[in-house]
Amino acid sequence: MADLTTTAPRAVTNPRATLQDLLPKLVLAPSFALILIFVYGFIIFTAFLSFSGSKLLPDFSTWVGFGNYVRLFNHPNWITALKNLAIFSVLYIVICSFIGLALAIFLDQKIRGEGVLRPIYLYPMALSFIVTGVAWKWFLDPGIGLEHVMQTWGWESFSFRWIKEGQMAIYTIVIAAVWQSSGFVMAMFLAGLRGVDNEIIKAAQIDGASTLTIYRRIIIPLMRPVFLSAFVVLAHLAIKSYDLVVAMTDGGPGTATWTPALFMQKFTFGRNEMGMGAASAIIMMMMIFTIIVPYLYSELGGKKK
Amino acid sequence: MSAVSQDVATRNSIFTRAIIYVVLILFAIYYLLPLYVMVVNSLKPLDEIRQGNMLALPQQWTIAPWLSAWSTAQIGVQPVGLKPYFINSMMMVVPAVAISTMLGALNGYVLTKWRFKGDNIVFGLMLLACFIPFQIVLIPSARILGMTGLAGTITGLVLIHAIYGLGFTTLFFRNYYEAFPTELIRAAQIDGASFFQIFRRILLPSSGPIIVVTVIWQFTNIWNDFLFGSSFSGFNSIPLTVALNNLVNSSTGVKEYNVHFAGAILAALPTLIVYIVSGRYFVRGLMAGAVKG
Repeated sequence: MADLTTTAPRAVTNPRATLQDLLPKLVLAPSFALILIFVYGFIIFTAFLSFSGSKLLPDFSTWVGFGNYVRLFNHPNWITALKNLAIFSVLYIVICSFIGLALAIFLDQKIRGEGVLRPIYLYPMALSFIVTGVAWKWFLDPGIGLEHVMQTWGWESFSFRWIKEGQMAIYTIVIAAVWQSSGFVMAMFLAGLRGVDNEIIKAAQIDGASTLTIYRRIIIPLMRPVFLSAFVVLAHLAIKSYDLVVAMTDGGPGTATWTPALFMQKFTFGRNEMGMGAASAIIMMMMIFTIIVPYLYSELGGKKK
Repeated sequence: MSAVSQDVATRNSIFTRAIIYVVLILFAIYYLLPLYVMVVNSLKPLDEIRQGNMLALPQQWTIAPWLSAWSTAQIGVQPVGLKPYFINSMMMVVPAVAISTMLGALNGYVLTKWRFKGDNIVFGLMLLACFIPFQIVLIPSARILGMTGLAGTITGLVLIHAIYGLGFTTLFFRNYYEAFPTELIRAAQIDGASFFQIFRRILLPSSGPIIVVTVIWQFTNIWNDFLFGSSFSGFNSIPLTVALNNLVNSSTGVKEYNVHFAGAILAALPTLIVYIVSGRYFVRGLMAGAVKG
C-alpha cells in the first residue's frame, strides 16, 4: 500500500498536484499537532513538574530532583493507594475474567433467550461510574441497604457493613466495578467463542472427548488472545479507577479506599502538593504504559506483515 | 434436532442445562438488581426507604422525587435540580462528539488511503494517546484553559473532550477504512477526483455503520465523564455527572435517597436509551476499542 507515496517525485513539476499531495498531510496535521501538544507535550510538562518544588501552582524556579518521588513513596497515603490498587486490580481482573468466561460459555450452549440475557449482562457498561457508584453506595449502606433488607426479612443478626469498615471498604468497590465490567468481558469471550472453528470441535467429538475436556483442553486455550485483551483493558481501567471510588466512598472511611488516581487529585488540587501530584501521575502513566505499549506494539507489528 | 446434534452445546444432559439456566438467570438478577433498586426507590416517599425494605415495591407510589431531582433539589448552593446540568452536559457532548468524529473520519481516511512515510508512527502515537491516564494531563490542561480564558466554560470542556477523543475516533475509522478497497480510490484518482471528492463521494456514503459506532462511543464516554468535568468546569458549566455526585455526597441536610436514585436514573437515561436503541453498535464500539483489527 506504500506505493501511493511513490507518485510524489513526479508531482513536483505540477503545482496543483503538489497541493493534492500535501493535502492529506495538511488534513492530518491539526489532529496530530493537538495530540502532540495535549498528550505528549503535557506529559513532558508534568514530568518536569514532578521534579520541581511546585505547591499551589506550577513553579519551575525550585528543583528538587527525585525529592517528590522519595516523599511519595514514603507517604502512607500513597502506600495505601498502591495496596488498594493491587487488591482492586487483582480481584477485578480475575473475577471479571472468570465471570465473563463462564457466562460466555454458558450463553454459547444454544440458550433460549440469549437475545434477552446478553443485553442485560452488558447494559451496566453504558452507565457512568457515578451512577453505578450511587446505586451500590446506597444498596450496600448498612442503614437502608442490604443489611437493613435482610433484617426486615427476619434475619436479625445479618451484618454487612463493609462499606463503612476501613479494612473491607475496598472490596465493595470491587463488587461494584465487577458488576459494571464483567458483562463486557463476557461479550469479548463470546465473540472469541463464536470465532472458534467448528471443525476442530467436531474432530475432538469424534475422538470421544467429553464436553468438559473439549472446553478445558481445546477451546479455553484458544481464548488466549481474548484473555490478553481483557487483561489489558481491565488493568488499564483499574489503574485509572477514580469516579467509582469518588462516588462510593470518596476515599473513605478515612483514607482506606484511596487509589493512585484519587491520590493525584487530592494532593494536587486539595493539598497544594502539585509536585507530588505530578509524580504520582507519572507513576500511574508508567504503570499503564508497561501494560499497553507491548500490547499495542505486538498488535500493530503483527498487522504490518 | 439432528442438524445441530453435532455441536458441543446439545450434548449436555438436561440436568447440566438446568444448572446453566439457573446460573444465567441468577446473573441476570445480579445485573438488574441495582437498576431495580434505583427505579423502585425513586418512586417511594423517603420514610418508606428508611423504615421499609429497599427491595419492596412502593406502598405509596410518588413521582415527587423525580420532580425534585429534575428541578428543585439542592445541588451545591442552589436549589435548581439537575435540569441546568443536564443542559450543560448536552451542550458539551454534542459539539465534542461532532468535532472528534469528523476529525477522526478524515484522519482514518488519510492514514489508510494516503499513506506516507512514518504514518505508522503517527498512528501509533495517536493510538497510545487513548490509553494515557488523564491525571497526567490535568495540570497543564488547566493551565492552557486558564491562559486561553476557557477555564470553567463549556467551550473549554468541548475542546478537552474533542482532543482526548481523537485517538479513539481515528482508531475506529482507520480500522474501518483499512478494509475499504484501495483500488476504488486509485481509480477515482486517475479520473481526476480530488482528495475531498473521493472522501465525500466514495468513502463517506459507505461509512454509516462506523459513524454510528463512533458517535455512540464518544457520546457515552463524554456524557459519562467525571474527571474532566470535575476538574475543569466552572459555576455555569458543571456537567450532569458532577452535579449528581454533588447531590448525593453533599454533607448537609437530610439524605434524600429517593431523590438521589431519581437523579441517578436521569443521568443514566440518555446513554441507556442509546444502548437500548442501538446496542449492537454500542457493543461493536466496545470491542473495537479492545480488540483491534
